Amino acid sequence: MKTIYLDNNATTQVAPEVVEAMLPYFTELYGNASSMHSFGGQVHAKIEVARTQVAELIGAEPEEIIFTGCGSESDNTALMSAVECNPAKRHVITTRVEHSAILNFCKHLEGKGYRVTYLPVDTLGRLNMDALLESLDDHTAVVSVMYANNETGVIFPIEEIGKMLRARGILFHVDAVQAVGKIPINLKELPVDMISLSGHKLHAPKGIGVLYVRKGTRFCPYLIGGHQERGRRAGTENVASIIGLGKACELARKELARGTAPLAALRDKLEAALLESCPDALVNGDRENRLPNTTNISFEYVEGEAILLRLNEFGICASSGSACTSGSLQPSHVLRAMGIPYTAVHGSVRFSLSGYNTQSEIDRVVEVLPPIIRELRSYSPFGRDKFEQYLCRLDAARAD
Amino acid sequence: MWDYTDKVKEFFLRPKNVGAVENADAVGEVGSIVCGDALKLSIKVDKETNRIVDAKFQTFGCASAIASSSALTELVKGKTLEEASKITNKDIAEYLGGLPDEKMHCSVMGMEALEDAILKYKGEKKVLRPGENIICKCFDVSEDKIRKTAIENRLKTVDEITHYTKAGGGCGTCIPEIERILKEVWSVREIKERPVEKKKLTNLQRMTLIQDVLEREIRPKLKADGGDLDLVDIEGSKVIVGLRGMCVDCPSCDMTIKGIEARLQEVTGQDITVVTE
Repeated sequence: MKTIYLDNNATTQVAPEVVEAMLPYFTELYGNASSMHSFGGQVHAKIEVARTQVAELIGAEPEEIIFTGCGSESDNTALMSAVECNPAKRHVITTRVEHSAILNFCKHLEGKGYRVTYLPVDTLGRLNMDALLESLDDHTAVVSVMYANNETGVIFPIEEIGKMLRARGILFHVDAVQAVGKIPINLKELPVDMISLSGHKLHAPKGIGVLYVRKGTRFCPYLIGGHQERGRRAGTENVASIIGLGKACELARKELARGTAPLAALRDKLEAALLESCPDALVNGDRENRLPNTTNISFEYVEGEAILLRLNEFGICASSGSACTSGSLQPSHVLRAMGIPYTAVHGSVRFSLSGYNTQSEIDRVVEVLPPIIRELRSYSPFGRDKFEQYLCRLDAARAD
Repeated sequence: MWDYTDKVKEFFLRPKNVGAVENADAVGEVGSIVCGDALKLSIKVDKETNRIVDAKFQTFGCASAIASSSALTELVKGKTLEEASKITNKDIAEYLGGLPDEKMHCSVMGMEALEDAILKYKGEKKVLRPGENIICKCFDVSEDKIRKTAIENRLKTVDEITHYTKAGGGCGTCIPEIERILKEVWSVREIKERPVEKKKLTNLQRMTLIQDVLEREIRPKLKADGGDLDLVDIEGSKVIVGLRGMCVDCPSCDMTIKGIEARLQEVTGQDITVVTE
């Protein structure tokens, strides 16, 4: 059975070109970039090429790029640096819908006596800008807001926030893990001080991340040791992955230059077809301001995990905001923050596409999913079950 | 990805007994759409034999909730109400070849729907006894249920309780209460399980203990009433005291002596007699 991979916000396929670029660094080019000999030195030169490739994708200078181990490390480093460089300021602002790498780090800071403001969002997942303005004060060390939400794809007004903060001289960190490679980002024009990104979300391998730190921003390293990354992140470079990330960024830049319209069109087709064939389904999040690859759909009266496992039987990979985990059955913090109606919050499914997806894959999902929803609804004690059961029986009769 | 057994997958992908029994004799209900899972169990009962002749389910929930509900219907069919009422969540989980810890509450839900159906069939109402007070308000979990689930499944942490009953998984304000219940359940049990060891006192220890109790407990009380006593001697288990002050002519001095005797027996664990000189 062929896998239909629609979970690209979780991770992505490593591009074949990326794999190819990386291979020599597992075999003949194994030198240490810090070595004096030219055998190691040539590796150093290649790392700098990759640094330039990353910088070019986001409109940064190469020396503003710090390679890290992952997106979470970049997030943690940014916040840690921000509070350590401003010891007198003990207030941090973030949002309720951040990734756990930010949220749990903020909880950790709260445990250390910091005050943290978690900004609310509206039912479309849009940030409450008034709340942001109100919460800013003289003690605010840093504001950390994600570029785009991983579950809904909703994009936050980073430029507007950046201008607001720059006028007040407050540090601004942006977790752009879901945005980089999916939408154009130009840090030459964007008033942001630090940005986190992660390789495996843009067709590079897992285990490589980047923290962008704008020139002139005070910085305290998180990992202390050797002088790698100009003393800003110790540890021997993960050379192959850095080369791979450089290549992936080059590919992403070319892809973005061609425009995101085809990907968005494919996503829109999927969304429209599912909404049409499944009654009582609704899209979560602001459709006007969304990543081109993401759609989050709630199917009322059914539970997300059940949908995913049925899709799994057809080799279709998606994910659910209704992580029925640890017994709490609490739907994701993102959907809860948005206040999605209770009939819909447990039945959410996220489809996140990539440039590798095809029209025929989307057609297959549109063919397979509606009967699954009908069948699961026929088990459910809620909803318009009588009508659905009838349709389900009709389907079964046709199949026979 | 959950680590489900083949049996769970089978019962999820091709569940048996979906729907509602026509002209059901009782319908057991548990859960709600708000908390993320709900189960409606309808049963048909043969009035003569008290046997469940048919059972069907409707479930809103994850894969293991659907599988557990379906397994429940298979388990109860053909059983008498009495036999069925003995089915526990563990029976449901075992029938499915086990459930991940985080999903055990699905089997608990099955057991509760069955209880509800049987009660409704008998026309009985659940009377709220002590212990049925609701601890977790988010998921409507009683103290008894937490106790019972903890004992049956040997659960010792709040996390485990949450996995099995969902209690504590919502707002989390009841977590200290759950901790208290667990503490009570397991401290009582451990004492019961361990035979109480009585340390045998040495002669010197016993004498010191007796002296100590008389000095610290007994004499201050007697003095408060204008009396007193002296410890004259200890011969084996016989404690000889001399009454002083008001005690000498006190009409209830026999009672006082008996009281002292009982207290000394208690602290030493030995058959002590107290006599006056």
